[in-house]
Amino acid sequence: MTYMIGDWELVIGLEVHAQVTSQAKLFSGAATAFGASPNSQVSFIDAGFPGMLPSINAECVAQAVRTGLGLNAQINLWSRFDRKNYFYADLPQGYQISQFAHPIVGTGEIEITLDDGSKKIIGITRLHLEQDAGKSQHDQHPSKSFIDLNRSGVALMEIVSEPDMRSPEEAGAYVAKLRQILRYLGTCDGNMDEGSMRADVNVSVRKPGEGFRTRCEIKNVNSVKFVMQAVEVEARRQIEVWESGEEVHQETRLFDTARGVTRSMRSKEDAHDYRYFPDPDLPPLVLDAGWVEQLKANLPELPDARRARYVAMGLTPYDAHVLTLDRETAVFFETMARGRDAKLAANWLTGDYFAALNRLKRDIADPPVSAEHMGELLDLIADKTLSGTIAKQVFEHMLAGEGAPGAIVGARGLKQVTDTGAIEAAIRGVMEANADKLAEYRSGKEKLFGFFVGQVMKAMAGKGNPAAVNELLKAMLAG
Amino acid sequence: MRPTDLSLAQARLALDARQISARELTQAYLDAIAALNPRLNAYITVTAEAALTAADAADTKLAAGQGGPLEGIPLGIKDLFCTAGTRTTAASRILGDFTPPYESTITRQLLRDGAVFLGKLNLDEFAMGSSNATSAFGPVENPWSRRNDPDTRLVPGGSSGGSAAAVAARIALGATATDTGGSIRQPAAFCGVAGIKPTYGRCSRFGVVAFASSLDQAGPIARDVMDCAVLLRSMSGFDPQDSTSVDMAVPDFAAAVGRGVRGMRIGIPQEYRMAGMPAEIEALWSQGIAWLRDAGASIVDVSLPHTKYALPTYYIVAPAEASSNLARYDGVRFGARVAGADLTELYEKTRAAGFGAEVKRRIMIGTYVLSAGYYDAYYLKAQQVRALIKRDFDLAWEQCDALLTPATPSAAFGLDEKQDDPLAMYLNDIFTVTANLAGLPGMAVPAGLDGQGLPLGLQIIGRPFDEEGVFAVAGAVERAAGFSALPGVIA
Repeated sequence: MTYMIGDWELVIGLEVHAQVTSQAKLFSGAATAFGASPNSQVSFIDAGFPGMLPSINAECVAQAVRTGLGLNAQINLWSRFDRKNYFYADLPQGYQISQFAHPIVGTGEIEITLDDGSKKIIGITRLHLEQDAGKSQHDQHPSKSFIDLNRSGVALMEIVSEPDMRSPEEAGAYVAKLRQILRYLGTCDGNMDEGSMRADVNVSVRKPGEGFRTRCEIKNVNSVKFVMQAVEVEARRQIEVWESGEEVHQETRLFDTARGVTRSMRSKEDAHDYRYFPDPDLPPLVLDAGWVEQLKANLPELPDARRARYVAMGLTPYDAHVLTLDRETAVFFETMARGRDAKLAANWLTGDYFAALNRLKRDIADPPVSAEHMGELLDLIADKTLSGTIAKQVFEHMLAGEGAPGAIVGARGLKQVTDTGAIEAAIRGVMEANADKLAEYRSGKEKLFGFFVGQVMKAMAGKGNPAAVNELLKAMLAG
Repeated sequence: MRPTDLSLAQARLALDARQISARELTQAYLDAIAALNPRLNAYITVTAEAALTAADAADTKLAAGQGGPLEGIPLGIKDLFCTAGTRTTAASRILGDFTPPYESTITRQLLRDGAVFLGKLNLDEFAMGSSNATSAFGPVENPWSRRNDPDTRLVPGGSSGGSAAAVAARIALGATATDTGGSIRQPAAFCGVAGIKPTYGRCSRFGVVAFASSLDQAGPIARDVMDCAVLLRSMSGFDPQDSTSVDMAVPDFAAAVGRGVRGMRIGIPQEYRMAGMPAEIEALWSQGIAWLRDAGASIVDVSLPHTKYALPTYYIVAPAEASSNLARYDGVRFGARVAGADLTELYEKTRAAGFGAEVKRRIMIGTYVLSAGYYDAYYLKAQQVRALIKRDFDLAWEQCDALLTPATPSAAFGLDEKQDDPLAMYLNDIFTVTANLAGLPGMAVPAGLDGQGLPLGLQIIGRPFDEEGVFAVAGAVERAAGFSALPGVIA
């Protein structure tokens, strides 16, 4: 099903800026932590002082290569940094160092999955490394602007997609999937609300079968939801323009999240002449093919591969999807399931455990019960020490912070009884106390079986092994 | 013999032998500065107190037998090198009272080796010029003057005019300098002293105010070839903070100075024989060729066919890089600021007031050649020609080991001459820019006097990273020339 607004088709391409996860900036040793006090993480290089020179941080390069590999993209062993020249108060050097003509990563692709289960390949045009600028604050003082250079020089990856998306859902799924891959790779933390990842959204509309019409770029959209909203409202705006007989003009726009509209920021005529030229302070970046191979060999498993593996382990596609949404959950699951029944582990994790996280407002990255303890709980179920029902009680005690499940079972005497002698004794007691019900059962009222199960379990304080109780009860009731 | 008569190499021996103390030597230079600098204007800043403190520290080390290779040697530092705690101006108003909290790699290495800094030397603004007349701190006067016209004040050349004049007048025992298109070699030749621009990448550019990053290279100006060799060794070396510096061992350059040229092939590039070249320059060049032949070298005629494009190529590449490198002088974070109603006006007023005419001219040329629609025709074309110029040299090295050329097309000219004609001024670099475009080592050695008694220099250009070969040839020229003339203004 093609997504259409009236008889208009949407064409969407995205440029995502992802902050590289690294201790230091792209060309200086200054730190990169979020939330530090203004201008506390600035070297003289970042501040563009006289005589200062950039020298590249190898870890940022490795992160870009890992990302390229994760996007199944061409790694360019020869790339180059250019200067993008423009004046602004938060751009200390008067130019941004970026890879304009020769990016480190070439074409690649991302597979997205839509709500109806269908899949689509979105092409990646390129990925390049560049410096972030500082931050201007115009609302701190009536007549002054304040400049914070903490972000100045921080390494960004600009990941450019092909104009392959055709609906807000596809654009949203692309950003979500890209974010998931980056987080799996550990190359970007994907925190969109902290600005570690932001998207420039290119939107145009056309009649099916046409070539591309003029596009507009919506700058700095910072959530999956806003990307989808921005696409929709911008497409509707453009359709209105075309349908009123006007033309859409190429321009840069901003998405006003409060009012749900896009506003013009600057038109093509106002665009800067950036005077790109190769940065003479930096020789071309030449990568060793063996080094790239080494990074490839050590790449973590990515969500698609992981999901396929989980399905092969016997999980439902849905559970496999849910458990691979983020890396922390997958790692938790694997720790919990290692050497155990994967399906049982998945049921516990997606059922009781996720419910508990919701209830306690906790996150899997900060788990109330460790994956190791959850594994032990599964072991106690597997060796029939605990029934499912008692296991749920034990889990509640674990959530309450009472420690390892084994210790809780011991301290609270919750061990499941599988000793047939004890079960038989309990059954005999129940049969004696309910002679009338026994007679009814034996005269054909078989649905009383459940009543007897309940009575026996009650007599055993829930500790009877349900399978053993069932089996023995059936035999003894039959006489 | 007065302390300022000692060459650097001689002074170092005298210091070790305790025939003179570092304090005495430094004081002698400070006295000479006090006497002569008001006239020459070679220093923008004199750091007398710090120099004496450093000299005392040097004396302590020397007494303990722990003196470094430059222990107690009083040097002047071109005011393009950032020096921690000492104002650094690049001879521009736009830097205001900028005092860097950091030290350039080169000056750090000189301090490591025991040098004493006398102060910061004048230069053309942001090293853009060939006469030292574009300095915001006023022109430097050449200590030499014409025999028949002693009252006409002459330029020391540029951009390292302060460095060359200070060494020639003996108000510095040696000096740091930088060379983007000839800024070490041309002033050295004009002032009758020696100067070498090493191979691009030999010395770190970290902490040196940038003019044109792909061409800038620092080097020493000193009294003779040996002194240059000693200084260059301390200035050289790989620096991880400069991505264009080269990780190669630093040879003992001094050992090459006396090596001689027997068996060396010296190339004479025919394209450097320009129409209208003064006869005296022509004669000096022929003399140089004869000296080297007599010293055992073989002379080979070589061709560098793209030489005629070197100057136009240089005047596209250098301004392009400069226009970008100088964008950081915006009045926002350091240096001078002229307030404006908004950010754009702040930029415009600050840069209008802060930069001089020549710097503005080059920023505009550079901005133009990088602009959309002009980039391919200018900058890209210039880079292609630059590659051809490099290839000319690569081919020449198949025939010879070093090249001998004049250093400049004329002797020093008057302070009032050529100032209104930028193109005539740019011609000063005609013999020197090629070495910058190709990244090669080039050295100027004083070799004779013109009819007015002004010094003339010869230039030796070497293979990449073969400074030793350059020093060997320069040493041979120096010995044959026996240049011993002294300027009229001297300590």
